Amino acid sequence: MAFLKGDTKGQVQKELEGLSGKVKLVLFTQKQDCQYCRESRMLLEGVASLSDKITLEGHDFKGEANVVQEYKVDRAPAIAVVGTKDTGIRFYGVPAGHEFVSLLDAIRMTSVGDSGLSQQSRELVKQLTVPVHIQVFITLGCPYCPKAVTMGHKLALESDGIVSDMVEASEFPQLASKYNVFAVPKVVINEKIQFEGALPEPNFVQHVMKAK
Amino acid sequence: MSQGNIGVVLPDYQLATERVADEGKVYELIIIGGGPAGLTAGVYAARKRMDVLLLTQDIGGQVMLTGEIENYMGYERITGEELIARFKEQLSHQEITVQEESRVASITRGGKVFIAYTDEGYSYRARTVIIASGKRSRPLDVPGEERLVGRGVSYCAVCDAPLFAGRDVAVVGGGNSGLTAAIDLIKIANKVYVVSAHSSLPGDPVLVEQVEQTPQVDIFVFCDVQEVLGRERVTGIRIRSRQEEEERTLPVQGVFVEKGFLPNSELAQDIVKLSEDHEIIIDLGCRTSVPGIFAAGDVTTVPEKQIIISAGEGAKAALSAYNYLITTS
Repeated sequence: MAFLKGDTKGQVQKELEGLSGKVKLVLFTQKQDCQYCRESRMLLEGVASLSDKITLEGHDFKGEANVVQEYKVDRAPAIAVVGTKDTGIRFYGVPAGHEFVSLLDAIRMTSVGDSGLSQQSRELVKQLTVPVHIQVFITLGCPYCPKAVTMGHKLALESDGIVSDMVEASEFPQLASKYNVFAVPKVVINEKIQFEGALPEPNFVQHVMKAK
Repeated sequence: MSQGNIGVVLPDYQLATERVADEGKVYELIIIGGGPAGLTAGVYAARKRMDVLLLTQDIGGQVMLTGEIENYMGYERITGEELIARFKEQLSHQEITVQEESRVASITRGGKVFIAYTDEGYSYRARTVIIASGKRSRPLDVPGEERLVGRGVSYCAVCDAPLFAGRDVAVVGGGNSGLTAAIDLIKIANKVYVVSAHSSLPGDPVLVEQVEQTPQVDIFVFCDVQEVLGRERVTGIRIRSRQEEEERTLPVQGVFVEKGFLPNSELAQDIVKLSEDHEIIIDLGCRTSVPGIFAAGDVTTVPEKQIIISAGEGAKAALSAYNYLITTS
């Protein structure tokens, strides 16, 4: 299945024109029991081919334990977004549908090296004293979801102590069921803090700060 | 657990955002709302070289929550997002100021201008206003609903349907949006109940037939939902037949509320006349009870809420506003 053809390709290329720094997409796939590993690879290959600033590095989730450990990913397909260093931005499941926008946003902010968060949010997350793990559960047909995904990713880029995952709920039903995901976007922070909906930045950050 | 066709939704077309909304000036027209009515009004007004500010929470409105559209002329089949992307592209070629994430809370009159106050604390002035704020989902308004939102009660089928793979679900509402939700759910869920208060399903026959012919669908007409059951998550709904006055419980884990809509007319309730259903009363020229304020699309008394109708109404409202400006200045 070709994701990016003709018109689409041109438009994505335009979106990627403003990139400054290099971005590495580290993709983990496995040969078996992975519905969308192939699609994830094809999608990223397509995106990487449109800009010389983007490189794609593929790994076998089952066979390359050292890299899996390095990026601390625990299922496939997984994507880690790396700029001058690991950003903590993760995608679990294929970032297609509405989430394609989140992928482009993650690439763009990593390349520029600026989360775009408000000064107030930046100051707040500096006060975090514990590692924070944000999981944003989404489905590909949800138009509100990229807002929540990108908000998590901005925070991950801003703070070395934050890792933020997009989790495509229907690809990881056990995880979705573990956190009782019955509406998306659903955000889970350090297991305990949970909320639904794409909250505005100050409210989202407020929830994150409860983790400290 | 199919997501249907996997493709990508492209990023928004950039609207001409270099133009920033200006609190200090008096616009010729403020358009409130970024759905089909508001966007079309924007194109028409900009082509008349009116000085226009469009204030909206988001671009696309309810259309963004619509899967396949097969009745918008010019496109045999198009998704809601694609259609809006094309609307936006068309608007992006026009001279117009668009302020997103802006929710107008009220409108007042101040001398010869109208003032729109936003939730974000800004106020903008204009000589004419078009209200195209659309409508929102009507809740069930029964016990259990509020407690179980996000725990099985959903108002967004395109968002949440994939989370109910292999489960039993109910769709409340037999109009087009309910039937479209049911058709989406058939591919994912185990069993789909469709519950309608009408004596027969009121949606388009082409959709009704599709739903009726699916063996995994059970249809309950002339029935009202009495309660959503469950503590931590939905375990069922209690429905009551209007005819037989008997109750039964449908064991479902998901309830998709597609019971029609409420107009987003609160912002205008103190200034223009509303109908009993809280819709803004308009005439054939989209004129409200207040000269200079126009309204278009789903927030109004226009019969039938359809994308193509809202787009047409938006065009009409813009031309009416233009004519009003010419004749009053």
